[in-house]
Amino acid sequence: MDDLYRQQIIDRYKHPLKRGVLDPHDISYEDENPLCGDKLRIDLRVGPDGRITQAAFSGDGCAISQASADLLTEYIEGKPLDEVKSFSKEDLLEMLGIELSPIRLKCALLSLKVLKAGAYGIKEDLEGE
Amino acid sequence: MTTPSSEFRYPLDIRKIRSDFPILARQVHPGVGLVYLDSAASSQKPEAVIEAMSEYYRNHHANIHRAVHTLAEEATGMYESARGKVAECVGAKPQEIIFTRNATEAINLAAHSWGRANLKPGDTILLSEMEHHSNLVPWQILAAEREVRLEFAPLTGSGELDMNAFETLLAREPKLVAITQMSNVLGTILPIHAIVRSAHRAGALVLVDAAQSVPHIAVDVRELDVDFLAFSSHKMCGPTGIGALYGKMDILRGMPPFLGGGDMIRKVDWRSFEPNDLPYTFEAGTPPIAEAIGWGAAVDYLRRIGFDAIHTHEQALAAYAMDRLRELPGVRVLGPEASKRGGVVSFTMEGIHPHDVAQILDSVGVAVRAGHHCAMPLHDKLGLPATTRASFYLYTLAEEIDALIAGLRKARALFA
Repeated sequence: MDDLYRQQIIDRYKHPLKRGVLDPHDISYEDENPLCGDKLRIDLRVGPDGRITQAAFSGDGCAISQASADLLTEYIEGKPLDEVKSFSKEDLLEMLGIELSPIRLKCALLSLKVLKAGAYGIKEDLEGE
Repeated sequence: MTTPSSEFRYPLDIRKIRSDFPILARQVHPGVGLVYLDSAASSQKPEAVIEAMSEYYRNHHANIHRAVHTLAEEATGMYESARGKVAECVGAKPQEIIFTRNATEAINLAAHSWGRANLKPGDTILLSEMEHHSNLVPWQILAAEREVRLEFAPLTGSGELDMNAFETLLAREPKLVAITQMSNVLGTILPIHAIVRSAHRAGALVLVDAAQSVPHIAVDVRELDVDFLAFSSHKMCGPTGIGALYGKMDILRGMPPFLGGGDMIRKVDWRSFEPNDLPYTFEAGTPPIAEAIGWGAAVDYLRRIGFDAIHTHEQALAAYAMDRLRELPGVRVLGPEASKRGGVVSFTMEGIHPHDVAQILDSVGVAVRAGHHCAMPLHDKLGLPATTRASFYLYTLAEEIDALIAGLRKARALFA
C-alpha cells in the first residue's frame, strides 16, 4: 500500500502540473467511473503538424485517477497525435510505477480511456484486456 | 472529552459473541488482524449458521415439497421451519413470508406483481430521498411502463425525513409509499409507525425497505401495520442468496404470480395453470434450501442475544465513532445525532478521496466501504461524489473504532 501512495502520486494529486481547462481546444472529452464517482475531462490543442501542443485535465477523483491523468497529459504534450495512439495500458502503468488491484486499475486507466475516446473515438475495454 | 474505549460498557457479552465468528480471528495482511467495519454491506457469519448449512448438506439434502422419501421430508421440514423462524422474527405468519433471492428481489416482486396489477397511468408512488437503488430502480421501471409518477419526500438538513413535507406530499394521494426504515448511508432510523399511520389515512399502502433495520432493531409488522416489508439474510448473520418479502395476507391473495414454473402451481394443463397457495405461488422453482436453513439459524442466534441489546450496543458505538471522528481535522460526519441512528457512520475527509481513505485503511486491516453506497441520487443531493462508511454490528469493539481513527490519522499523514 505504501508503494501505491508513493510520493510521486501524492505530489501529483496535491500539486498537479496539468490541471485545467483549455478554451478554445481542438479536442475535449469527458467520462466517468460511476462506481467510484471519479470524473475526468481531457482537453487537447493540436497544431497544424498534428502534434499535441497543449494538454490539460479537469475533474474529481481519487489520488490514483488524478495523478494518472496528470502524468498522462504531461507525457503526451509535444508528441504527434498519431504516436500517442499506440500508448498502451502497460505504458501508463509503467509510468505510474505502482501495482494495482483490479478495482484500482479502473481509477488508473480512466485517463487513458478518456484520451483514446476523445482523440481517436476508440472506446476500449482497457480493464477487460 | 470522549470516554476511552477501555471504559466502553457493552450491553452484551462481546467476547463470547466475537468467539462465535471464526472470520474475526483472521489476519488480512501478514501480522495485521481484521477490523471489519462493513457490516451494512454484509455481515459476517457465526459458527452456528455455517454449521447448520453444513449439517444440512452432510445429512439431509434433497429437493423439497414433492417426494415422499425420508430426505425430502426432512429437507422440507427444515426449510419450512426456517420460514417459521423468519416469520416469527418480524411478527408475521409463515404464509405471509415469501422467500426471494434478497431484499432487492423482494421489492422487485412487489413492484412487478402488485404494482402492475394495481397502478394505472397518472397514479403516484411516494419515495424518500434516502432510498437505496434497490427501492428506487424497480419503481422507475414500473413508472416508465405504467406512466406512474414518482415523488420524493425530502430530507431535513440533519439527514432525517422531513415529516411536514412528507405529509404535504401525501395530499397528492399516492397509491403506495415505498420507504426505507434505516438509511444505509446516513444511518437515520425513520419513524415508520408515524409514516404508516399518515400514509394509511391518505389511502396509500406502505412498503418498507427493511434491509438495514431488521438485522439491528426489533421489527414487528403487525405493530407497525406495514403492508409490505423487504429484508435479506446476509446482512443479519445469515447466508447470501436469500431474502424475503412480507405482505399482508389479503394483499398477497390479490396479487398475480411473479415468476412461473414448478412449485408455484397447483395444476397445469397445456394452455393454463392454477396457482398454488400462499406463499408458494410466489416461489417458482427449487428455492435456496440450505440458505433458508442458515437464515433460520441466524435468526435463532440473534434472537437469543436480543435485538434491543444489539441496537443499544450499535448506537453506543455510533456515538463513540462520531465523537472520535469529530476530533480529526477536516472530517465531516453525515447524518443525524447518534440517538436517531443505527450503527452506520458515513464521513468525508477534506483533501482525500474516499477510495484513497478506504485503501489506506485496508493496509491497517480496517475494512470500510467507499463510494456512493448504491445511493447516487442522495449523494448528488448532498453534493458529494462519494463518502467513506464505517458500519457496526453486534461483534464490533470500541477498540476497532480506535483502529479506524488511527488509520485515518495515517491517511492524513500520507497526504499531508
